[in-house]
Amino acid sequence: MDAILLQILNGLDKGSAYALIALGLTLIFGTLGVVNFAHGALFMIGAFCAVVLARIMNYSRVVIDETRTDFLGNPMKIEVPYLHDWFGPATGQTMIEWSVPLAILFSIPVMWFVGYAMERGLIRHFYKRPHADQILVTFGLAIVLQEIVKHFFGANPIQTPAPPAFSGSFDVGAMLGFDPNVIIYPYWRLIYFAFAAVIIGAVFAFLQFTTFGMVVRAGMADRETVGLLGIDIDKRFTTMFAIAACVAGLAGVMYAPINAPNYHMGMDFLVLSFVVVVVGGMGSLAGAVLAGFMLGILESIASMAQVIEYLPGINQIVIYLVAIIILLTRPRGLLGRKGVMEE
Amino acid sequence: MFGLNRSDTLLLIFVALLTMLAPFFLNPFPEGSSLAQFNGGYPDLMQRFVIFGIFAIGFNILFGLTGYLSFGHAAFLGIGSYAAIWMMKLLTMNVIPAIILSVIVAGVFSLFVGYISLRRSGIYFSILTLAFAQMSYALAYSVLTPITGGETGLQPKLSDPRILDTMLGGGGDATRANLFGLEMGKSWQMDWNGWVFTFNTGYYVAAVVMLIAFYLSIRIFRSPFGLMLRAIKTNQNRLNYTGVNTKPYTLAAFVISGMYAGLAGGLLVAMDTQVGPERMFWTASGEVVLMTILGGVGTLIGPVLGAGLIKYMENILSKINEGLLETWFAFMPDTAGDVVVTVLALFTGKGWHLTLGLIFMLVVVFLPGGLVGGLVQGGRRMFRSRDGKATRETKSNQTPPTSTPAE
Amino acid sequence: MAILQVRNVSKRFGGLQALNDVNLSVEEGTVHAIIGPNGAGKSTLLNCFVGRLIPDTGTVMFDGKSLLGIKPHEINQIGVSRVFQTPEIFGDLSLLENVMIPTFAHRDGAFKVNWWNRADRESDIQDHAEEILQEIGLYEKRHEIADAMSRGDKRRLEMAMCLSQDPKLLLLDEPTAGMSRADTNATIDLLKRLGETRGLTKVIIEHDMHVVFSLASYISVLAQGTVIAGNTPELIKGDPKVKEAYLGTEAE
Repeated sequence: MDAILLQILNGLDKGSAYALIALGLTLIFGTLGVVNFAHGALFMIGAFCAVVLARIMNYSRVVIDETRTDFLGNPMKIEVPYLHDWFGPATGQTMIEWSVPLAILFSIPVMWFVGYAMERGLIRHFYKRPHADQILVTFGLAIVLQEIVKHFFGANPIQTPAPPAFSGSFDVGAMLGFDPNVIIYPYWRLIYFAFAAVIIGAVFAFLQFTTFGMVVRAGMADRETVGLLGIDIDKRFTTMFAIAACVAGLAGVMYAPINAPNYHMGMDFLVLSFVVVVVGGMGSLAGAVLAGFMLGILESIASMAQVIEYLPGINQIVIYLVAIIILLTRPRGLLGRKGVMEE
Repeated sequence: MFGLNRSDTLLLIFVALLTMLAPFFLNPFPEGSSLAQFNGGYPDLMQRFVIFGIFAIGFNILFGLTGYLSFGHAAFLGIGSYAAIWMMKLLTMNVIPAIILSVIVAGVFSLFVGYISLRRSGIYFSILTLAFAQMSYALAYSVLTPITGGETGLQPKLSDPRILDTMLGGGGDATRANLFGLEMGKSWQMDWNGWVFTFNTGYYVAAVVMLIAFYLSIRIFRSPFGLMLRAIKTNQNRLNYTGVNTKPYTLAAFVISGMYAGLAGGLLVAMDTQVGPERMFWTASGEVVLMTILGGVGTLIGPVLGAGLIKYMENILSKINEGLLETWFAFMPDTAGDVVVTVLALFTGKGWHLTLGLIFMLVVVFLPGGLVGGLVQGGRRMFRSRDGKATRETKSNQTPPTSTPAE
Repeated sequence: MAILQVRNVSKRFGGLQALNDVNLSVEEGTVHAIIGPNGAGKSTLLNCFVGRLIPDTGTVMFDGKSLLGIKPHEINQIGVSRVFQTPEIFGDLSLLENVMIPTFAHRDGAFKVNWWNRADRESDIQDHAEEILQEIGLYEKRHEIADAMSRGDKRRLEMAMCLSQDPKLLLLDEPTAGMSRADTNATIDLLKRLGETRGLTKVIIEHDMHVVFSLASYISVLAQGTVIAGNTPELIKGDPKVKEAYLGTEAE
């Protein structure tokens, strides 16, 4: 029981990432009708926002400390981040350590701009084109974005730690009345889950309670009719794309401490996110979120030693197996609507 | 000729010349010249051109005709490869039984996957095929290690039984594939005024197989069966109310394209006698999708061109490193040369993916319908502006139905 | 002899009784119109004939065989063709190919892997398709792409596709919906001509009274899921029940 609980918790953070990416994919697909293979790249760019901000904040001047020497006997060179100069060593250091949460603020305008530019510059011209063309062009874009990131940041993963305050773990089991030291869970993963829940809640609230959201939901239900209403749907589409880009980006920013960002992390998530979207049901936002968490948790449970003992290799295939079973028993995924993307 | 109409016959002859003379025109630059780097006429790459051409031709029979987008075709390629290598290990290093078995096994497996996946359509179908392929990959990688060799894959070993070979006296090299004694890896070289042309047995075997595969695909495209498949793509609902049971048609197309993939997999093994699970990974399935779209979905020759372009870039561009660029631009003034080298280095060597991505985008933006679609449209536009409407009308009276897939 | 027999057919969608104990029989060689106000259940009834819907109760017999529970392509294969309300054609293909496909289906059955022959060398199919296009007046456009046609031409093409199969029963779902007066009249003439040359049995669902009275030899009136009257056009015109339920409110 406690082992299962631990695996459920372990599945939450991956599930959160799936859910956030799938949410954006569904939004874009539902409103714009575009199959966006570059969505994983947006997640990756988000993660690199955290990397970039950490680098900026660590920007330092070199001070030569005559009183100490390095191992060659030369005077020690000490790098002093400018933040230390401006805010004093204590505050400056805290700011540097908190670079990942701060990157949330940094990434929103960046992702907004990236999303805006992408939609205006490229995606817009593909609304009416066949899905094959959309796949090819967004796949091409994803490769280009990856390669650009690789050029500037190299091919190796870049460690991007969480603030020290959250770097530890805590004993969830003890809190819930299990034996102590059985269910240990890192703080940051819990934060990631809470953060994802907040973002998902915000997106749903936005769609539910604003006029804009109403139009978007109407557009997802029936795109042609909304076009006929004479609402300036183009502008809203751009905004919608930018919002989806921000959601993917934020998912990436906060994921950086869990998995050190590298240039191809987006592709790794992309395929699974597509599975998540489809299992949830094309065009269903709630389905995307539900399927994201469900598959994340199942993946984690299937990797338990006890499970693998009975079903060797199950941890590798569980997501796909479940996807097949769900698609065969529920033709349109968990919460899908009829007639979306079936031709 | 061959039961084809004039333009199809010409196309077939063109492709035949292209493949037979490939060793010449893929090596347009003299050996040792600074541009020799761009020569693609070496056996390994030429084999890949035709083998992935077969893969894409088969994929196009499914995707181009019926519109069903499979995202798991690499699984059939991989399974064909495993079947072929086992045939070599157990029976004989002759490639014929290996290739035959790879087609059969891939056909049976695609019948199973297709029967289940075709219960759904659209993106649901795509994800089902993806799921099957990813499961095959994961299982080949882990649990099925006794059959697949796991991460390291399989290769023929001297200790393999090779029943048939031992029965016949164990002639030939035990770890090299052959065709009735003719070694696949064998090459002849021809020197001519500094040019070097390589003729490789394996390449010619694969090229002949590709020509047959291409010819069969033309027959399918032009047949009543192909017409039904195209009807499925444009309006499956109407077809059902027209008295056609669409399910077995799509399944037949799926199995045929699965067998093409298996054939390609078997040929890959016939050339390099090795296989690993990465051959089934989703990126390999994605690659054939991109080859087909890049060349032109639903056109006859498009997939072959798409496969060739992608494989050429993968093998040639990726080899151009900074050192090589520096020697090319050594004639330029220092700074200018440095700038050019730095810029070009972004697109070559390890950065060749960037060029690939840009080409994908440029083709989709400027050549809708892929390379072939774009060329045909461009040609038509020129034709129209030059000769005006009159020609068009007479033309439409002579030529076969305008909806016939473009060459 | 009745070629289509509908007995006690009922169909419910949730709380809505779409069809309630419908009885009608279509005599061979007649043009049987089914009319009724919106929501009377006309399309639901038609969908029960082609395998798209299965009624909750009742039987639908065609030529002595039950049509219930068998698939659309099987129903077509025993001789029922359908023209849809919005033309369902093969938009990417040429007109000729559009007509060749149903001709193949008629000759070769529901499934045949005929992959070696050339479609354009199947001269019997080709000739038959060209003949039908000639008859329907689309021969000149046979090499054009179907999607580029006008709406009226698309509908005529769809009729050609159905006719090419030489059906025993042709179902037409509002064949003149959304057409101009001139197109409507042309369609009426076409259907009349086809009736004379082939003696085809037709079931027409129609709103336009002009069309109904020009074509029908028998009219069934459907209201609220039930057949309230069935008779020849002259007698239907005079039926007070029909006037009340339908003509009184909608026509003129």
